[in-house]
Amino acid sequence: MNAQLKPQQISAINDFVVKFANVNGSGSASANELFAKAILRMGVPVSPRNIFPSNIQGLPTWYEIRVTEAGWLGRRGGVDLMVAMNPQTWNNDVKEIEPGGYLFYDSSKALPASRFRSDITVIGMPLTEICNATYSDARQRQLFKNILYVGALSVMLDMEAGVIEQLFTEQYKGKEKLLDSNVQALHLGRDYATKHIGRIALTVQRADKVGDRIFVDGNSAAALGCVYGGASVCAWYPITPSSSLAEAFQSYCQKLRVDPDTGKNCYAIVQAEDEIASVGMIVGAGWNGARAFTATSGPGVSLMTEFLGLAYFAEIPITLINVQRGGPSTGMPTRTQQADILACAYASHGDTKHILLFPEDPKECFDHAAAALDLADRLQTPVFVMTDLDIGMNQRLCAPFEWDDAREYDRGKVMTAEELESGRDFGRYLDVDGDGIPFRTYPGTHPSKGGFFTRGTTRNAYAQYSEAGPDYLYNVHRLLKKFDTAKTLVPQPVIRAAAKATRFGVLYFGSTSPAMHEALEALEAMDLHLDAMRLRAFPFSDSVVEFIDAHDQVFVVEQNRDAQLRGMLVNELEIAPARLPKILHYDGTPITARFITTAIAEQMRARSRP
Amino acid sequence: MTYLAKPKLHHPSLVQNKVCRTRRDYEGRVSTLCAGCGHDSISAAIIQACWEMDVEPHRVAKLSGIGCSSKTPDYFLGNSHGFNTVHGRMPSVLTGANLANRSLLYLGISGDGDSASIGIGQFAHVMRRGVNMVYILENNGVYGLTKGQFSATADQGSKSKKGVVNSDTPIDTISLALQMGASFIARGFSGDKQQLVPIIKAAIAHKGAAFIDIVSPCVAFNNHPGSTKSYDYVREHNEAVNRIDFIPTREEIVVDYAEGQVIEVEQHDGTVLLLRKLHRDYDPHNKIGAMNYIAKHQAEGEVVTGLLYVDNDARDLHEHLNTIEAPLNTLTAQHLSPGKAALDKINQRLR
Repeated sequence: MNAQLKPQQISAINDFVVKFANVNGSGSASANELFAKAILRMGVPVSPRNIFPSNIQGLPTWYEIRVTEAGWLGRRGGVDLMVAMNPQTWNNDVKEIEPGGYLFYDSSKALPASRFRSDITVIGMPLTEICNATYSDARQRQLFKNILYVGALSVMLDMEAGVIEQLFTEQYKGKEKLLDSNVQALHLGRDYATKHIGRIALTVQRADKVGDRIFVDGNSAAALGCVYGGASVCAWYPITPSSSLAEAFQSYCQKLRVDPDTGKNCYAIVQAEDEIASVGMIVGAGWNGARAFTATSGPGVSLMTEFLGLAYFAEIPITLINVQRGGPSTGMPTRTQQADILACAYASHGDTKHILLFPEDPKECFDHAAAALDLADRLQTPVFVMTDLDIGMNQRLCAPFEWDDAREYDRGKVMTAEELESGRDFGRYLDVDGDGIPFRTYPGTHPSKGGFFTRGTTRNAYAQYSEAGPDYLYNVHRLLKKFDTAKTLVPQPVIRAAAKATRFGVLYFGSTSPAMHEALEALEAMDLHLDAMRLRAFPFSDSVVEFIDAHDQVFVVEQNRDAQLRGMLVNELEIAPARLPKILHYDGTPITARFITTAIAEQMRARSRP
Repeated sequence: MTYLAKPKLHHPSLVQNKVCRTRRDYEGRVSTLCAGCGHDSISAAIIQACWEMDVEPHRVAKLSGIGCSSKTPDYFLGNSHGFNTVHGRMPSVLTGANLANRSLLYLGISGDGDSASIGIGQFAHVMRRGVNMVYILENNGVYGLTKGQFSATADQGSKSKKGVVNSDTPIDTISLALQMGASFIARGFSGDKQQLVPIIKAAIAHKGAAFIDIVSPCVAFNNHPGSTKSYDYVREHNEAVNRIDFIPTREEIVVDYAEGQVIEVEQHDGTVLLLRKLHRDYDPHNKIGAMNYIAKHQAEGEVVTGLLYVDNDARDLHEHLNTIEAPLNTLTAQHLSPGKAALDKINQRLR
């Protein structure tokens, strides 16, 4: 690099974005994750995101790491240091770097000057050359290239080698040969960088900002929530981005749910032939008194809708975890969206409404999955946990999982053989407590009492066949009452008051959370104040109406095109649409604080004008 | 007929079975199907089989899809829990129910539209998985509730009531179930209760996926000349390979057939089937032989009935999944929640 032409350089400590441009299937993912974890181990929060194609090998893939001592875990946007390892995407990758940023690339093959930019710092390292000279095995040549650049980056950013070595030690426990070769490759990279590259103005500095938080993806967290929440039947069909959830459930169960006395499994998992069968199986299991769940994504929910209608009317507890992605089936399976809200809230034929929970991070994926299993039993109805690819498939820093050993499962209103024997009146669809929730019996309970025939709506309160209008009305009105009862049982909204009194509010939910929190601070710094409410469930609690009533304008921030949740607020709560301006992000990438800040600031200023 | 309520009083002299129940205890509501419907004969055979087997009615879960056949679980075993599910999807619901509680007897009732048309996928997969159940397909080759359309089991060249000739190849559910791995396969005829009741009893005793295809003429839409699922046609073309006598485990086995004509089939639970062979060359343990036999006789226009295949060592889905003996629906937090200490360890590994 010619010193005279050296451009201005971004200088930052613990606050920058590194992006890796790789080829899918090249083994880069584990090296990139290693890099992210090393920063975490230095006490500096990171927020990584996989940006990957629907492909196993060959297509471009990116891994973006936001290093953020301040703890902003949303996607920032922009790139300060690009590690460009994929010639296919070179031009766009180089273009994406912020002015004053850095480009790190494999310089084994010379590139013409026209392929670079003059306003960034370019750092070449002959990775392929070094690997070819060091390793004879083709696979090693490829894999250690990734470790080599981690080593080089660790020098450039002033990271501690010991931290990375420690991670290797944990990863390759009992596989000393692998441990040694990885440590060797790391130092090969470090030595080259020390000699030929040196430090850049981006620095990772040891801090103490991670605390006791854990680093986990939402799919694993939700799977663990299902284990702790007592799910014993899981039926599923593979679909990105939810497959790893069912697989995580399987692997946790193998470790945690095997009866020590018999070696037999306290769970049953079936990979079904399609989503119709997977939901059918959990309907059967729920009907028969086991806690059952499925994990799926939008196209899967579409296939499940006939069953969802039956489960709603026949009042069968089931839990569905929808890891949302872009639609349709050949849409954007590896991109994130919150675009199944309407499809799930009103899934199926006839007048149906379903419970939705909106976790904000892996910790809430765990909590909501366990809560959903309780709610499904209590309310005898399908419950959706609405996560998305951004939370589901990316590791996220979050509070540690918690469990109280005294916690009992809420199995809801189940009439026992003793109660039936004592002559207690049993009407399967009878509202005995005024909360709209009837009693049920499990099949096989009592020799002569409590048996009933389950069907859709052609029955009266005692489950006897009836097509009479009054019986139908009694039933669907009771279902509405039950939905009203649900409002008080679901996770309640979380309010965050503005620093100054304001007539503006904002509603948001799910994976938007970290970007929203960052945006609120940025807006406050611009003297733009908003009270914020994070919705955690549908049906909407009464406090949502109170919140909206307390403000002139309430922005609704969503990651879909049609402002789906806003539409539900308008319809369910009869709010005048003009009071709910939309802030919508739906290009498949996670929403950013920059986007929210700009969009809200613009609208607030426009609306504040006389 | 169908709107008359049955009298509730039981005659004191009605015979009780070993669980102290009379046949009346196995009945359901009065059928709303057409008079003469083959399905009602099947319901009666189920009632008789369950009574004779001393099955406790409340320990049975009866599940069905949608259609005439799927309405019938309401007409037998009135004290059992029943579930009229979704068209063509009974197998998945039954599978899930079975996973939740392996201690009940699962009766799946379906029709040819339900199983061979809309539900052929679930039909195939429930057999593959070896779900422990008795799956009865009441096969009339026609959609009754929607008034006379062909189903996928209608024979090529058979004529609908309106005179339309079916040109599509029929699906033979017996051959399909064999191929998919069902471990007990039989075909019966609703008009032949003598043959049918022992078949159902044997299927109840079988552990694994038991499938019975029962030709059941539709008196309203498929019982005319030109139909291959009419009473007359089936009676003329019925080719019974065997007649079963079913002997529960605790009874002495009395063989009253001549040597060479009768084979004993011991089932997993110790019960014994006595097969009176009508065809010397027919071996119900030979899967490939059964396939050949069925295909050959079908090509000749014959409806082969009897016990066509049985695997006495079949493993069911729970064995495949290695699930605990206790029904999963009885497990409490003590079994299901791994506890705080295990969670703290997991947290530690995620740092």
